[in-house]
Amino acid sequence: MDLDLSPEHQAFRASVREIAEAVVLPNAEEVDREHRFPEESVRAAAEAGLLGILIPQEYGGAGLDALAFTVCIEELARACASTSVIVDVHTSVGSEPILLFGTEEQKRKWLPRLAAGEMLGAFALTEPSSGSDAASLKATARRTGGDYVLNGTKVFITNIGHAGLYIVFARTGPDERAAGVSAFIVPAEAQGVRVGQVFRKMGLNGSPTGELVLEDVVVPAENRLAADGQGFTVAMRALDSGRIGISGQAMGIAQAALEQSRDVLMERPRQQGDDFTLADMATRVESARLLAYEAAWLCSNKRPFTRKASMAKLHCTDTAMAVALDALQLAGEEGAISGSPFERHVRDAKALQIYEGSNQVQRVVISRDLLKSR
Amino acid sequence: MDFEFSEEQLAIRDTIRELVQDKVAPRAAEIDEKAEYPKDIEQLFAANGILGIPFPEQYGGISGSSVTICMGIEEIAKACATSSLILAVQALGSYPILVAGSEEQKKRLCPPLASGEKVAAYALSETGSGSDAAAMKTRAKRYGDEYILNGTKQFITHGSIAGTLVVFAQTDPDADHRGISAFVLEREKSPWGAPKLEHKLGIRGSPTAQLVFEDVHVPVANRLGDEGAGFKIALAVLDRSRPGIGAQALGIAEGAFDYALNYAKERSQFGQAIANFQGIQFMFADMATQIEASRNLVYRAATKVDTKAPDLTKIAAMAKLFASDMAMRVTTDCVQVLGGYGYISEYPVERMMRDAKITQIYEGTNQIQRVVIARSLLR
Repeated sequence: MDLDLSPEHQAFRASVREIAEAVVLPNAEEVDREHRFPEESVRAAAEAGLLGILIPQEYGGAGLDALAFTVCIEELARACASTSVIVDVHTSVGSEPILLFGTEEQKRKWLPRLAAGEMLGAFALTEPSSGSDAASLKATARRTGGDYVLNGTKVFITNIGHAGLYIVFARTGPDERAAGVSAFIVPAEAQGVRVGQVFRKMGLNGSPTGELVLEDVVVPAENRLAADGQGFTVAMRALDSGRIGISGQAMGIAQAALEQSRDVLMERPRQQGDDFTLADMATRVESARLLAYEAAWLCSNKRPFTRKASMAKLHCTDTAMAVALDALQLAGEEGAISGSPFERHVRDAKALQIYEGSNQVQRVVISRDLLKSR
Repeated sequence: MDFEFSEEQLAIRDTIRELVQDKVAPRAAEIDEKAEYPKDIEQLFAANGILGIPFPEQYGGISGSSVTICMGIEEIAKACATSSLILAVQALGSYPILVAGSEEQKKRLCPPLASGEKVAAYALSETGSGSDAAAMKTRAKRYGDEYILNGTKQFITHGSIAGTLVVFAQTDPDADHRGISAFVLEREKSPWGAPKLEHKLGIRGSPTAQLVFEDVHVPVANRLGDEGAGFKIALAVLDRSRPGIGAQALGIAEGAFDYALNYAKERSQFGQAIANFQGIQFMFADMATQIEASRNLVYRAATKVDTKAPDLTKIAAMAKLFASDMAMRVTTDCVQVLGGYGYISEYPVERMMRDAKITQIYEGTNQIQRVVIARSLLR
């Protein structure tokens, strides 16, 4: 057993931290306040090759593993949670499905551009009436000769308006549940693709979230990802590893809150109650981080990791929320003033308990896996 | 024992509930978004006697009972935490006068507050003196019939809009907390500055101000109690006001709970209402239980204010601690029940979650409440 990161992973962490502290962190407060897409941070990530971490070198990426990806998201989130989710969604659910399920032709066409950051990826599964119950989605893709015509409205789409392509899930078959769903690569510039409402949110204000409206969008059949009716499998596999990234994001927010709490306590008279709170925060962060890394390690080593990824997502995001709240409490009233990182961490952390499968869905995944007959 | 409100209290509650539903609830989202003080709601409360609740009839009010104050705050906070502070801070800023004022001071200063003609505020905290109130730096020096105040106060709710401000200041800096005295500043006679308003996580419509006192003249007749009695007054006031913050937390939690419960009954996933799922049901069961437990503690503390019970300090701290921690958990879970919709500002629960946080911090952080509770247990 060896629970330390390898020297390569440690060096990688140091390189991401350098970028995060030099470029991402200085703008984090302003990005949140102005609800501004952090162009410069995403560009810096692209220039450092962080937008192609999981993409093999033959397609222009860095060809690193899930653990490196987790560390990357963690370090970005330590600086700016909005930036981290933009990169996370792009890298995992917005690009990885092509890597995992794409044909050679699809990979050659899309992956180099995604890896270089020429375009951002996004993932369009959720609909207004289809959240946790993703298999009930209503968007349709009707086959007409060599094309599909897509119609429907997707909601809560991260990277809305900034993505160059959307992995869209739509109904192609008569089956009313999962078996009738297929996955498509939909370029943002396709005719009929429209950005609907962009939401005003509690947090992650630099990361645009909104509706993707599809009105008679024609995509060639070669843009279908995996076989007809395999869309739900694509979505679930994408979310499995996506959850590892969110675990990393949670740990980055928690780590920042923990370090900033320590700074606050160092500057004032010591009280045992505060010290104990800090000790609890640090203990939770350590345990959660190891679970995140274990899930990433299983995934990197091609072992089954679905249950562990759900456990990591559940535990890490609940930890981030608890730690962020404790940190704000320790900071007191000054922490609740806009511009303080403490109140931002609380607002940002809450989203993580909700997206990429709410923590209720994670409990369903975990208990179902525990209770299945062997 | 009697867990019921009186007929008179129920009548007041019904009036407030109706006003809140008709006039306050529809404004709540806008008040938060624009972060603007709702003067219209203040006027509504004044016109309907709600700002008279903290005062007995002989001083122009309608009640003076802490139970009634808490009931009012709870009802308003169900819809809008910012608006609930209009009543809560009217009580907070008036308590020093009611607790420590002479008959002459009460008769002179209370009626314009009870009628809502003036808004009250309470200025204790300073930058270097939050939880540690005795470390305050604001000075009051006596010259004949008046004092001259100099200093800066921090995080003063309604400090920028108040017409009547209770300020705590050192009259004898060598005497530590025994050198603190309390003063009532009337804006027209003793104007103060409010150069900075804070942008906050929650209660965004409620102005939180930095107040600056530069040679502010205050007549000796506006000193509350003796010189050096200020710290005792401050603590006595906080004992009385903390149940109100508990009530505010309770109301915020109930508002979020009611919204999330209705949502869960209507939101369908997997072919049925999400309220049918046991995982969601257990969340609601836990939330409802926590709300009930908090409510009883809050009103028990309020009855102890009204009966001047000897263990008021401990129970008031417990009510504030327990209800505010509860409100934070419950509102966070309510956002969770709504999922993505809970996170966006078109739905009220994210605002309620942001509003809940401050109840764990102000009028003594929850760490201070634990210190107070432990101290009274170990005395």
